[in-house]
Amino acid sequence: MLEIKEISKTFNIGTVNEKRALNQLSLTLNDGDFVTVIGGNGAGKSTMLNAIAGVWPVDEGKIIIDGRDVTMLSEYKRAKFLGRVFQDPMTGTAATMGIEENLALALRRGGRRTLKRGIKNEERKLYRELLAKLGLGLETRLTSKVGLLSGGQRQALTLLMATLERPKLLLLDEHTAALDPKTARKVLELTQEFVNEQKLTAMMVTHNMKDAIAMGNRLIMMHEGRIIYDVAGEEKKNLTVDDLLRKFGEVSGEEFANDRMMLAN
Amino acid sequence: MLDMFTIGELTKLFNALPGAVAQGLIWGVMAIGVYITYRVLDVADLTVDGSLGTGGAVCIMMLLSGHNVWVSMLAAMLAGMLAGMVTGILHTFMGIPAILAGILTQLSLYSVNLKILGKANQVINVDRYDLLVSLRFIGGAGESFNNNILNFLYKNTILIVAVIVVIVILILYWFFGTELGCSMRATGCNDRMARAQGINTNFNRVLGLMISNGLVAFSGALLSQYQGFADVNMGRGAIVIGLAAVIIGEAIFGRIFHNFALRLLSVALGGVVYYLVLQVVIWRGIDTDLLKLLSAAVVAVFLAIPYWKSKYFTKPVKKGENG
Repeated sequence: MLEIKEISKTFNIGTVNEKRALNQLSLTLNDGDFVTVIGGNGAGKSTMLNAIAGVWPVDEGKIIIDGRDVTMLSEYKRAKFLGRVFQDPMTGTAATMGIEENLALALRRGGRRTLKRGIKNEERKLYRELLAKLGLGLETRLTSKVGLLSGGQRQALTLLMATLERPKLLLLDEHTAALDPKTARKVLELTQEFVNEQKLTAMMVTHNMKDAIAMGNRLIMMHEGRIIYDVAGEEKKNLTVDDLLRKFGEVSGEEFANDRMMLAN
Repeated sequence: MLDMFTIGELTKLFNALPGAVAQGLIWGVMAIGVYITYRVLDVADLTVDGSLGTGGAVCIMMLLSGHNVWVSMLAAMLAGMLAGMVTGILHTFMGIPAILAGILTQLSLYSVNLKILGKANQVINVDRYDLLVSLRFIGGAGESFNNNILNFLYKNTILIVAVIVVIVILILYWFFGTELGCSMRATGCNDRMARAQGINTNFNRVLGLMISNGLVAFSGALLSQYQGFADVNMGRGAIVIGLAAVIIGEAIFGRIFHNFALRLLSVALGGVVYYLVLQVVIWRGIDTDLLKLLSAAVVAVFLAIPYWKSKYFTKPVKKGENG
């Protein structure tokens, strides 16, 4: 489904802030893989997701989604294949537009934007059903501006938007990090539901190692722009947080001393 | 007790008001163009200072060379759209910040406008050409209702411009409800989200700048007919008047008008209020040399209000209130 071949990205080349964020990174995802991605700050997790999404071009390497080389494709064109949820709940939705308008934009992801009506009446029924499934009471507020919603509601809506038109690959960039624990739990449950229901291929960056172990069928650990540990199936299921910490120390030769990660456990 | 002098002065003011309404509505069309970039696309576009003049110049030269008034105004609008496209390409394809891109186009349009006009100023005689609007068709100067109803309707500038404003609003209301229009609103609201939803944000920015400047040039075409001439300087400070109309409209009608069409209407009415206030200020005998300074000061203060509100008037969270 996704093939990344030796991509590299260096930011601020030639300045004191030069940072090699991705270093000859390669990764292949099979159809239906749900991969959790962990790693310290600056390991390149979000950078990898942004490279796949085409936020900027990579310096070298190839990105292939569903057999199609998208390396040179601009961000908006790649959106056809991708569903994305961001860390900041404000990023994934248009605050000054209504809930139904946001959903209508998402339903047309990958299609041509024509001079037909922006929302057709029959769509509203679909939106109401799908919103009801979120269990957040949004189904009665179709025309409410998204800016009035809470962070958790916005994140749930973004998730719905990302999967409304089935994506080839769902990219979740620490999408629960800005939420309180209870809301984060709810959004994770929804994530699991969506992925199971549509049998999506997904990548989820997280700082919470327990979630990383509990969710998905595969786990990768990143460090300095590379994948240093890749585990799937039974082996992954039997992992513990201690295993991950030890593994990190082994491979990177450093302590996994990241406060956020320790606290998250 | 009013003496004869004040009554005479008041009459002067009242006689000037219909003209102010007509001008305000014409600038209202321009302000709607500014609203599209400033509020919908979230871009401050300074091209308008040039494209207003371009619209006026193209319209007058077309009329003088014997073209129909509608054809002339259409050509003016297309010229404005072209100007908007230049700014859009400078901004998106060449990566120049929007404000600077607008300034570059605006400056180059000064030369373009001068070339179109051939000299700094071209006059058109309302008696010899069939103009759609003119300050001569204001108040008692046009045909009276009793003589000829058709002529009354046709030679009534306020009515004609009002109808044009309504038509422009209806078209834009329809457009911003379409798939393309919605994607343009999303582009202005949150461009990262827009791209993640597969929206070509660069294309939308260029298209929005084209629509905006097309309207501005159309307004320039009306304005040049109204005043009977096109001048290479006629667009100077247009952006400030446009912003003033947007801000005044929002300040007065913002709380009651929530629908998009009504918001556009409030912007057009903002233009009318601006010109009415201007007329009163002139009537009070202010030095007209100072008008632009005053306009700029008023706009500056209104632009500052939201910032001041957030900075000085938000209630600080009291510590220890809940134990």
